Amino acid sequence: MADDKKKDTSAAVTETVQAEDRSPEAAAEAGGELDRASQTEHKPRLSDEERMQGLSPDQLKKMMYDMLLARRLEEKVAEAYALGRIGGFCHLYIGQEAVAIGAISAQTPDDYVMTAYREHVHALQCGITPGAIMAELYGRADGCSKGKGGSMHMFSAEHNYLGGHGIVGGQIPLALGVAWKIKYRKEDRVIQVYCGEAAVNQGAFHESLNMAALWKIPMILIVENNRFGMGTAWERASSLYDIYQKATAYAMPSAVADGMDVLDMYRVTKEAVERARSGGGPTLIEARTYRFVGHSMSDPVSGVYRTKEDVENEKANDPIRIFADLLARQNILSQEELEKMDEEVKRVSEEAADFAEKSPEPEVSELYTEIYAEENVNGRLYFDMRER
Amino acid sequence: MAVITYREALNQALAEEMERDPDVFLMGEEVGVYNGAYKVSKGLLEKFGDMRVVDTPITELGFAGLGVGAAMTGIRPVIEFMTWNFAILAFDQIFNSAAKMRSMSGGQFKMPITFRGPTGAALQLAAQHSQALESQVAHYPGVKVVVPGTPADAKGLLKAAIRDDDPVCVFEGEMLYNLKGEVPEDDDYIIPLGVADLKREGSDVSIITHGKMIHTALQAAAQMEKDGVSVEVLDLRSLRPLDTDAIMRTVAKTNRVVLVEEGWAFGGITATIAAMIQEEAFDMLDAPILRVTQADVPMPYAKAMEKAAKPSVELVIQKLNQVLYR
Ligand SMILES: Cc1ncc(C[n+]2csc(CCOP(=O)(O)OP(=O)(O)O)c2C)c(N)n1
Repeated sequence: MADDKKKDTSAAVTETVQAEDRSPEAAAEAGGELDRASQTEHKPRLSDEERMQGLSPDQLKKMMYDMLLARRLEEKVAEAYALGRIGGFCHLYIGQEAVAIGAISAQTPDDYVMTAYREHVHALQCGITPGAIMAELYGRADGCSKGKGGSMHMFSAEHNYLGGHGIVGGQIPLALGVAWKIKYRKEDRVIQVYCGEAAVNQGAFHESLNMAALWKIPMILIVENNRFGMGTAWERASSLYDIYQKATAYAMPSAVADGMDVLDMYRVTKEAVERARSGGGPTLIEARTYRFVGHSMSDPVSGVYRTKEDVENEKANDPIRIFADLLARQNILSQEELEKMDEEVKRVSEEAADFAEKSPEPEVSELYTEIYAEENVNGRLYFDMRER
Repeated sequence: MAVITYREALNQALAEEMERDPDVFLMGEEVGVYNGAYKVSKGLLEKFGDMRVVDTPITELGFAGLGVGAAMTGIRPVIEFMTWNFAILAFDQIFNSAAKMRSMSGGQFKMPITFRGPTGAALQLAAQHSQALESQVAHYPGVKVVVPGTPADAKGLLKAAIRDDDPVCVFEGEMLYNLKGEVPEDDDYIIPLGVADLKREGSDVSIITHGKMIHTALQAAAQMEKDGVSVEVLDLRSLRPLDTDAIMRTVAKTNRVVLVEEGWAFGGITATIAAMIQEEAFDMLDAPILRVTQADVPMPYAKAMEKAAKPSVELVIQKLNQVLYR
């Protein structure tokens, strides 16, 4: 029965998903990567009940909704980009949704999140409205950074969402500082900070891990290992394949999570969040995932660094498919309900684009605002002729 | 007023601000147990404890970024660089993160952080330890830059920097720490950022400068006086914001300008000011603007070569005579 269900859901959810037998055994037979995480970590195979970790049907459905919305909203983003409505660099998260959604679901809105430039879904998951995200991409006044940040620099102080940073690895020390503040103020909070696997080779990563572990501060660093930094495969960039092992150099706990499985992300992150909250310090989580799209909108889906077949094979592990199958097996979300949900998130995405379309351009006269705390200081702050 | 050293003035500023605001903390290499590489933080660990005076590993990028993240979420770090030479490792965090956070977040995050440490050449420390880098930092909109030249200015400007809601970079003169001067004891003694100070009045020619170089300028002015030339010395104190009004006032008064800075000429502070005067006050000039800077070379070690590479009183006098057509 499960197999039939799988076939049905796949058609409804997304055309990129092939209806195949994706059991761990089948994947292993096919030499697939599905069970990479469990192989590395030697973790026991978990039953559906164990995987659901006591989450209520409503919580599980909410996660499904979030994943679908993330996917559909970004598909809309791709469309708007192709139409020239969105400019600049634009990095989509399609394929990686389980990572941010599973992990952020494991903490509370009072906790912080910070990430790099592939950030639309993290921003969304922290509670920024789809409209404010879309408007930011359009460079409009109603964008979550008032049009000054764009795809790579979304922020929302209200939602404890701390951006959106464009220098590979540069956000990790910043998160270290937020974790430091939490300790300084004796707050009951944590920060999740994300980076791509390529950032792991930066000094910023190592400097931060050392200090985080030394001072036992509540930082959870999630490495989104999608196996490519732009076009450079991880094995061509790192002398050590297993990123989670890097934590041992800093006497820091670490774990591997299946970044294609939202519940595994939730489970592993929850453990790290609890450890951080109880004063146990930081954790490094390696989330093994894959991006189904190009590095950015200027990069084709496969590119020269991987083949079309590679990508198609990986799509067998579509995180939305994996989760939809489980929910169907457990009679939590039927095929019809899933389709209805999909219609709903498509509508929300359309509305977000409409909202962005209607949002005004920021006033060009705002060019010199919001750079310094006070604009009326003694002496000149800006040095070009425009000001005079 | 008490006469204390530049170093003690900075120490007072830190102690007073930490006393006043529990959100202010000091972080850097050797600031705690060792009492500071240049002893600026002497006694602070004892007074405020190790959550507020924090010794770090040698990781400039890491702890500078830590400060930026902490400031983003509401506390007020003072990040000490052992010298600004090593802050080069942290420039990504200062330029790409601190300077831009408010702007790229559409004004949602303030950045009440102070980065401080010594700048400029000391004696025979050679190329990597003898750089005056304030022009590089002032290049970036989003940061503020101050360069105190006297003990009183050191105290007033550092206190203002710590209270400011923007990232402020304080460049302390490496050779000035032992300089003595009168310093007000008042807890609220603040020198507002962006206010230049006329360190010496004169009528024939103006020297516009900052930091350690005000002393070179004052010496040159004193010698010129013996020759019957009246030299005005304007100490900028703050490079961003820059007190353009004070610059224009002195240009209008003397109509002749020599600009002096410790750093290199290319892309320097003096280059910016010369361009600005030319753009906005060309009519007031009776002579071309001249500059005195460091030689355009990495600082050599050998004593005589080092001396030749630094801006000197003699060079300043030579340029003063030149703009006076003497
Ligand atoms: C310091 C720095 N160097 C180079 C770049 C250009 N760049 C942008 S993304 C990227 C690849 C990063 O890959 P990874 O960290 O694995 O993240 P992913 O894009 O896979 O999410 C590179 C090289 C940059 N933004 N910052």
